[in-house]
Amino acid sequence: ADIISTVEFNCSGDLLATGDKGGRVVIFQREQETKSRPLSRGEYNVYSTFQSHEPEFDYLKSLEIEEKINKIRWLPQQNAAHFLLSTNDKTIKLWKISERDKRAEGYNLKDEDGRLREPFRVTELRVPTLKPMDLMVEASPRRTFANAHTYHINSISVNSDYATYLSADDLRINLWHLEVTNRSFNIVDIKPANMEELTEVITAAEFHPHECNTFVYSSSKGTIRLCDMRSAALCDRHSKFFEEPEDPSSRSFFSEIISSISDVKFSHSGRYMMTRDYLSVKVWDLNMENRPVETYQVHEYLRSKLCSLYENDCIFDKFECCWNGPDSTIMTGSYNNFFRTFERNAHRDTTLEASRESSKPRAILKPRKVCTTGKRKKDEITVDSLDFNKKILHTAWHPSENIIAVAATNNLYLFQEKVN
Amino acid sequence: MFVRGLKRKCFDGEEDIEGTLAGIKAIPSYNLQRQSLLDMSLVKLQLCHMLVEPNLCRSVLIANTVRQIQEEMTQDGTWQMINTQNTGQASLDRLVSTDILCRSSRDQAEGKHVPGYGTFNKDFESDQAQDSSETMSTASSVQAPRNLQSNVWEMENPQENKGNFQKSLDQIFETLENKSPNSVEDLFSEVDNSYYDLDTMLTGMMSNTKMGHCDSLETFSSPTNTASNSNCKSDLNDLDHIVEILVES
Repeated sequence: ADIISTVEFNCSGDLLATGDKGGRVVIFQREQETKSRPLSRGEYNVYSTFQSHEPEFDYLKSLEIEEKINKIRWLPQQNAAHFLLSTNDKTIKLWKISERDKRAEGYNLKDEDGRLREPFRVTELRVPTLKPMDLMVEASPRRTFANAHTYHINSISVNSDYATYLSADDLRINLWHLEVTNRSFNIVDIKPANMEELTEVITAAEFHPHECNTFVYSSSKGTIRLCDMRSAALCDRHSKFFEEPEDPSSRSFFSEIISSISDVKFSHSGRYMMTRDYLSVKVWDLNMENRPVETYQVHEYLRSKLCSLYENDCIFDKFECCWNGPDSTIMTGSYNNFFRTFERNAHRDTTLEASRESSKPRAILKPRKVCTTGKRKKDEITVDSLDFNKKILHTAWHPSENIIAVAATNNLYLFQEKVN
Repeated sequence: MFVRGLKRKCFDGEEDIEGTLAGIKAIPSYNLQRQSLLDMSLVKLQLCHMLVEPNLCRSVLIANTVRQIQEEMTQDGTWQMINTQNTGQASLDRLVSTDILCRSSRDQAEGKHVPGYGTFNKDFESDQAQDSSETMSTASSVQAPRNLQSNVWEMENPQENKGNFQKSLDQIFETLENKSPNSVEDLFSEVDNSYYDLDTMLTGMMSNTKMGHCDSLETFSSPTNTASNSNCKSDLNDLDHIVEILVES
């Protein structure tokens, strides 16, 4: 199994897609509740596996293009088939996943095993009939959106108009129509005329869930820009600019690096957005630009370790974050296979661990605690014994139920709320 | 603000490594840590350049950190100070202080404690610098990344230094656009380990010091940090000291 690089539920939550470093996509489907297996509801089993991207070679630059899947986004379901967009650093692909459970039999021109029949043997015409067969799930690439990004794609986001989507790389954001692969429109370009003056890159972008003209993008300097596509064809001038003023007392050489936003997600309501920087998660009200309305510390105990984390490059880890269905709880990952949930109204936060040792199937997860003072209590973990190689960067929350998917390196964990 | 110009322990002018180490142990120099951070960042940037597919975001963040340090050093006058002290040898030391970190582990084993002295040289007598530079002259024949950085480090006068420094950053970004794979990755495969040696040395130094300006940091640092100060056992805690010093209160 390869390292998982993205996790995403579809709009109904019945399907869960994961992408990995080897360019593969694995889709899980939720088991339906049946009388014979009442406890199986909530279990996800493998539905389809396919190779989405292959490694490529850019001959002009003599560089390899990684096949790692950076993001997967589902399209809303409009017929029996499912569609998703998956992207690596350079190319976005639209995949159709469809089921086949019937087979046509009784062809006129060919035998049952597919060989062509001799014409003189065809003595009568018959209508082929559909017979049931074992369920087969097929994934086929329907569109390939290529050659539009010079830099590495970090985000894709489907618009609420269900016809367009955006793709963002380090310096540019492009708008595509799902049906058109040979043309895309550049809507944001922050590349300076002189690359020597480059000091800021785009780190994430997302369309507003309801307003099809609005999108946001975050930067490596900890700012978020909200743009309205109605105002201009090139949205280099933002409509809103979100930035929290820096706290001068905590300024250090690492301040900028830890302020770099690794993920931005709109709430389902569309009223708020959440940003993840290295040490915290912030909730912003779209109507207030000068500071977030809520700030949650994910692992503040790392603030004094920033030099070591800079040395071993962990400070550049890009953690994602997600909302639950009602937008009442947010979740994000940390190190040592820990992930954190924050209940916004109850002001309660929980630390849980995704590991085989600490979670038996169907057992309730025990909350974990990191010891920040000198005295370590029983069951607590000291900061120094945290494993920084075990990082949870990708998590996803079911759109309507309390089921969460947590990717821990090359393992996928699914947890659900215990229902009595 | 940090207390600059902390009174140093008596430096006997010993030329052996142990003696100098003893002299250094007493100095929690902000300049030293800042210099180490600068060196580390430059190595990371060079690594970025060498990789087949450098991560632009990471490169930009590291380059911004380097610029920040450079600006602060310029404001302090430290940058000027380095340059005015410059003899050809001192510049070689500075060159070596980063190149040392780029050496393979084989070379590293020979000159294990040397990197620290490369950075210390600015603060010490010039004859000391001479001594270290002789030791390190073998290392100066280190190759590859210098094709990009070498002109930076030929520091003749302050203005040019700044310009060259800026130019090196610019070159990094330009070359990020037109990268060509470089086969010196093996050279850098040991870099982190070698830096760790510098780190260990620094932390060994740090664990014996009592920082006078620790109190001023308490207002912002959490109680846990002060608790860990008294228990400076692990390397990680010692590095935390370094970070505390780097952070302005």
